[in-house]
Formats: sequence, C-alpha cells, structure tokens
Amino acid sequence: MITFRMNGLEVKAEEGWSLLETAKFYGLAIPTLCHHEGLTEFGGCRLCVVEIGEGLRSKLVSACTYPAEEGLVVRTDTTRVWAARRMMIELMLAMAPGSKVLQDLASKFNVTRVRFKLRHGECVLCGLCTRICAEQMDAAAIGFQQRGHKRKISTPFDARSEVCRLCGACMYICPACQLRCQGPDADTAICNGCLTMEPSCLDHYDDLQCWMYDAGRCGTCVQEKKS
Amino acid sequence: MKHYRAHLLVCAGTGCVSCGSFKIKEALEKEIKTRGLQDEVQVVATGCNGFCERGPIVLVQPDGIFYQLLTVGDVPHLVEEHLLKGRPVKKLMYVPPAEKQPVPKMKDIEFFKHQRLIVLRNRGRIDPEKIEEYIAFDGYEALGKALTEMTPAAIIDEILFSGLRGRGGAGFPTGKKWAACAKEKATPKYLICNGDEGDPGAFMDRSVLEADPHAVLEGMVIGAKAIGASKGFVYIRHEYPLALKRMEIAITQARENGLLGQDILGSGFDFDLEIVQGAGAFVSGEESALIASVEGKIAMPRQRPPYPAQKGLWGKPTVINNVETWATVPNIIRRGADWFQGLGTETSKGTKIFALVGKIANTGLVEVPMGITLREIVYGIGGGIPDKRDFKAVQIGGPSGGCLPAKLLDLPVDYESLTAAGAMMGSGGMIVMDDKTCMVDIAKYFLNFLQDESCGKCVSCREGTQRMYEIVKGITEGEGKESDLALLEELAQITKDASMCGLGQTAGNPVLTTLRYFRHEYEAHILDKRCPAGVCKKLIRYVVLSEKCTGCLSCKKACPTEAIKGTLKEIHLIDQSKCIKCGACKEACRFEAIEEQREEAIQII
Repeated sequence: MITFRMNGLEVKAEEGWSLLETAKFYGLAIPTLCHHEGLTEFGGCRLCVVEIGEGLRSKLVSACTYPAEEGLVVRTDTTRVWAARRMMIELMLAMAPGSKVLQDLASKFNVTRVRFKLRHGECVLCGLCTRICAEQMDAAAIGFQQRGHKRKISTPFDARSEVCRLCGACMYICPACQLRCQGPDADTAICNGCLTMEPSCLDHYDDLQCWMYDAGRCGTCVQEKKS
Repeated sequence: MKHYRAHLLVCAGTGCVSCGSFKIKEALEKEIKTRGLQDEVQVVATGCNGFCERGPIVLVQPDGIFYQLLTVGDVPHLVEEHLLKGRPVKKLMYVPPAEKQPVPKMKDIEFFKHQRLIVLRNRGRIDPEKIEEYIAFDGYEALGKALTEMTPAAIIDEILFSGLRGRGGAGFPTGKKWAACAKEKATPKYLICNGDEGDPGAFMDRSVLEADPHAVLEGMVIGAKAIGASKGFVYIRHEYPLALKRMEIAITQARENGLLGQDILGSGFDFDLEIVQGAGAFVSGEESALIASVEGKIAMPRQRPPYPAQKGLWGKPTVINNVETWATVPNIIRRGADWFQGLGTETSKGTKIFALVGKIANTGLVEVPMGITLREIVYGIGGGIPDKRDFKAVQIGGPSGGCLPAKLLDLPVDYESLTAAGAMMGSGGMIVMDDKTCMVDIAKYFLNFLQDESCGKCVSCREGTQRMYEIVKGITEGEGKESDLALLEELAQITKDASMCGLGQTAGNPVLTTLRYFRHEYEAHILDKRCPAGVCKKLIRYVVLSEKCTGCLSCKKACPTEAIKGTLKEIHLIDQSKCIKCGACKEACRFEAIEEQREEAIQII
C-alpha cells in the first residue's frame, strides 16, 4: 500500500493506482472529460489537474495519469486548480459550444463567459473515440492526424476506412458531437441554464424523484429557480 | 608518417559549406599541386569554427593566421603569397568593426579570445571524418580509462561530483539521472542521444555532431558502461544531412577500431549504437516524445513519472541526454571532476555553447564558461549591434524562452539567474534584437511557431497557444482591446501551469517576458494603435511627401504591387488599398520623399 495525503487526509492507495483512482475510492470528486474507465489514460483535457507538492515547488499534474506516490501531498481543489479548470472549460467551450457535457461543466464551475472567438466545431480532440476504437473495438480505424493547430481526428488519408465496422462506439463515447445542449440559446457560447434550473419534483415531494439520481441531467423535469 | 610544413584548415561546417567552402578546398588543393607543394602543405576539412558570419574560413597552421570571406578567385594569390613567399595576405584577414588594421591571428580576434573551448575543443582543428585525428588529440583516452580502470559506480560518482547538468535546457544533474538508471534491475538498458534540435536560430548540436562526432560517441560508450546499457540510439533530425553523414562515418570507424561493438578495447564490455532519423517535429526534443518517436509512434509526450530512467524505451530503463552533455562527459573523465568543478558558478558548472544570431556583428557559435554576463557575450564576443543601432533585447532559450531587456545585460548566464529573469537556459539559442524590432511582433512569431509545433494533446497547450496567437495577432493589427493584456497574462500563466510537458510548461514565456519588460509596447499598439518600431504592417503606412518628390518614377518601378500612380515629373501617389507595406519604394527613393507614418492619425484616414 502507498500512503500519502490528499486534501489533508491520509489516504492509502494500491500499487499502480493513479491519483484519480485514489480520489474516487475516497469519494473525492475530480472532474474529468477525456478519462474513461476501461480505456488507457490520455491526460489531454487537463480538467482533472490537481496540485501536488507544497510551497514554491508545488505544481499542477493531471490526476488521471499521475501515479500515487509514497509521501505525496495532493490538494484537489485550490485556487490554482480551479483557475486552470475554468480556463480549460472556457477554451473547450469556444471549440464546441453545442456540447452538453461542456455546458454542464461550465455551469458546475460557474464559467459564465467565453472570451475567445467561437469556432462552433464539434470536436475537442479528447481522443476518447480513437481509444475506444483501438482498445475496445480492436479496429483502430481512426486516429490523430497532424499536430498543433492542424490536429484533427480522421481515418488514414481521410478515405473511407476498410476496418471500420460502423459500430458507432466513437459516437457513443463522444462528449461533444452527440449529446447536444438543449438549454436556452444553445447556439451562444454559454447556456448556463442549469444554474437557473431546479427539479420540478421537489415542489410535490420531499425527496428527489429522479431515477438517475442526478437532478436536471436530462433537462426535462426542471423549472426556473423560484428564488 | 608524412610531415607537412603547413596545414590549411578549411572550415566545413554547414554554414561555410553553404558559402562554398568545399569549392575553396578543391581550388586550394589544385593550386597547391600546380605549385608543386603537395608534399609540404596539407589541406584539411574541419568542423565548424563558429564564426559563421565570416565564412568561408581558412586557418593556416602552425602560424595561426585566420583568413575569412574567401572566394575561389582569392586562392592562387593566397597560395603564392603566404605559402610560397611567406607573406600573409592582409586583405583577406579579419578587420574588426570600426577599426582599420586587420587582426592576423585567430587567437587575437575578440570573437575567439573570450571563449573557453571544452566541448568544441576539436573544432576547426581536426578532420571530423578521421578517427586518427580525434585520437591524436587525446580522443578515446577517457574511454580507455573508464573501461579498464573505473567501476560503473566510480564513473557515476565522478559525473555526479563534477556538477554536470543536462545541456538540453532543463538542467537536471546528469549524475543523478545516471544513478537512478543504474540502480534499476530491468534489462536491457538503453541510451539515447537527443539531437533533435528544433529552436529557430539554434545550431549547437548540429555543430558538435559535425565538428566532433567521436566525442559524442565516446561519451555515450562511457555512459553505457556506467549504467550497464547494451544498446544506444543517436537521434538526429533528417534536416542535418552533414551531421548524419559524419556520425555514420564515426560509428563505422569506431567499430573497425574495436571502440564499439563486441568486447570494446578487450575489456569484455559490449555496446553498439544506431542512428535514428527524426522527422522534424519540434516536440520530439521532449524526452518522452523522443522515446515514442524512436519506438515508431507519434511523437507525443507522456506523463512522467515514471521517468525514462525507470521506464523508457520499450518500457526499459533509459538514459537520455543532449548532444552537448554527451560530448562533455569524456572531458570530465579524462581531466577529472575537480577540474570541471573549477569552471563556472556555484550551481552551474562547466561551459555552455550558444548560437549567437540576430542583429549582432559576429554571428556564430560560441562556447563560454557559465556565469559570464550577457554583456560580455553580446558586446565582447558578439561585437555589439551592427549599423550603430541600439540593443533592445536578447531572446534566450528558444521559442519558449524569454526576451531579456538591456537593463539585464549584466545578468550572469547560469540556470538559476535565467529562470528567475523569466527566460531559461534552453538548448542555447541566443537571438539579439535591435531597436528596429517590435516585441509584440516577436511574441507573435514565437507563438505562431508554438501553435504549429505543440503536439496537440493538452487542451491548455494546443488551445492556449492558438488563442494567445490570436490575441497577439489582433494587437499587431490594431484590433487590440485593453482587456486583452489581462486575458493574455492569465492564459499564459495557466498554459504554463496546466500543461503536461516542457513545451506547454514554457509556452507562456514569450508572452510573459515581453509583457513584463516591454508592456509599454503592447500599450502603444492597443491604446494609440501605433507600432513604435514600425514593424507591424497594419499600423504603418507609406506616403509621398509632395514637396520632396521629383517624379523620377524609381519608386513606381520598385513597387511589386503597382500601387504607385504617377507619370514622369509628376508627384506620385501611393494607393493604400494596393500597398503591401514592403518598404521597397522608400529604399528606391533617392530624395527621401517617401515617409513611413506610424502615428495614430493613420487609423482615422
């Protein structure tokens, strides 16, 4: 067992666990986007950054890729961490404002403006589709092309792939292209609808009735906040 | 062995070769033969001398006379005067700027005088394609010592004690890296030489590989013995054909001489090297990306730890060092760690090679002891700024380094001082800028480079560099807003904070240092819509001064876009919609009748 500190708590992790796995085990919430259980870690979205170390030498690392280390000091929610997460959400929203996953994250982290020119794309290059295609579907029909600002995801030579079985796993796992934000003004950069919504069932019952245990996630049984 | 009374050392680094030094060599050989001197005088092609500004270069030994800017036409005169009559040719010697008397000897020239050659000790002295010449200058002595007299632990201790730090930029202690790898149990272990030099304007690694490939090779074999590696890779970008060729020759010669391969020097130690060609991605210089590239994957960095010393190439313990670091190793083993300790500053030992480029009189490659001030490099060795212009800034550490202003010229060059000033040692690029340089434009240039060369994995780096470029580009085109500066600062800081590898973690530096030291220039662009240096094309315009124009048509002829209207002896007019602001008209005008306007007023018109 590896012993280290997370948000002041002493935690124990199994050999080979990442900081994210340890945090999950102890019920500490760390937001993720490009992480998916069952796929290799990528560390690209930088939403799961946490601060490690203390004082001047402290730094941000992605919790999904950083291994649990003996004696490490980890803080999952500091000003620095939040500033980075909010900027990542802002940057990704400017790429794909139609994504409900991103809009929800924006509401959760109170990102209420996008200061960059909108691109209205549908991809944030998180690489989930390429990994599910290669690792779970054993096809590797799609992959990254180019680097830097020219980077995109496509089939080799942009031609129709012979190994693609049209299984749809890439679309199933995509956080941006399928699940559209249904809130007001989805075309603008920020919906923030969830900030002003609450479940309507609470008008009639004492307990939340949502079978998804995730109030407002589907967006159908919510109403404007009364207060 | 044949003895010659004189040697003509022709510089054959890439810089001089592109100026035709091989043609000079041919002409010299031909001329020497026609004069019947072939048994008295030998012509040798050497590695880069570093004084690339003055190429092609020939050094005559044993006199030490330095000839520069040679042409094939100069050769017969040179051979007749110097080699036959014994009269050195004054008109081919180096004349320092602002002086009239030439400086005949290489060791008296300012550019060479202040340098301290350790890694580049064989530059301009030996033929890099002949192992015998390397051996003649104590080559492979350190290897013999390491393989026959020293234990692996003793080698690591020696390097650790010498205080050598990685020359690739980050400055991690080399001995520590080796010790970490040596204690790993997994086998086989690998060594990699990182020759993926990608900074604009930097050519340190190329020159070392071209001038002294055997030094790199020797360093690697010593390192292999220290950590117990059996196989090594030299990663060189394919844009360096001469370096590749010379490294290949060096490896073949070392194998033939029993210095590489099975049972090296009869010590029972086996080690072999292979060359891997890089495809030119800047990010391949990052160690985990380079390892991925050697494995045949996309050059995309991964999270460290585990560090390559624990899990590197194909998951095995790997030591990866820069070209310059490897080339320093044999010197430390041969001359002892105590000697190396004595050079440099408290925390930065030894020497560092810099590529001195930009607006500087003596462009070239210099090796200086750590702790030397920027002023000594720029004004002492570099000879100052040409055309009597003022020094404005020096950009250190490649695209993700920083721009340091004139007030920091007395800063000592070592890892800590540079980092504290917001720049970094980097691999050793040093770009000098004069007062005609716009710092916002410089930031834009480096951001453009970075947004191109980011691997694209992290949102912070890929999007961060793109958005910073977008904002800075807007500022240079007069579309900047006051809020832009705060956003730029925030974004640059978070890009540094949140990115995974060294590229992203330093990508904010060009913006942060220019904002720190040259904020007024950003403000002039945003508030006054004015580019103080007159570089940003959208913020300047050219106009004809009617009282000076004689209607001579020369500006009209010079204009590439036919933007100038007017007939002979009539005052000309520049059509602003067609003008691309190249400045050709201003250069062509003999009457100073074309003015470059940088005022706010031009935005209103």
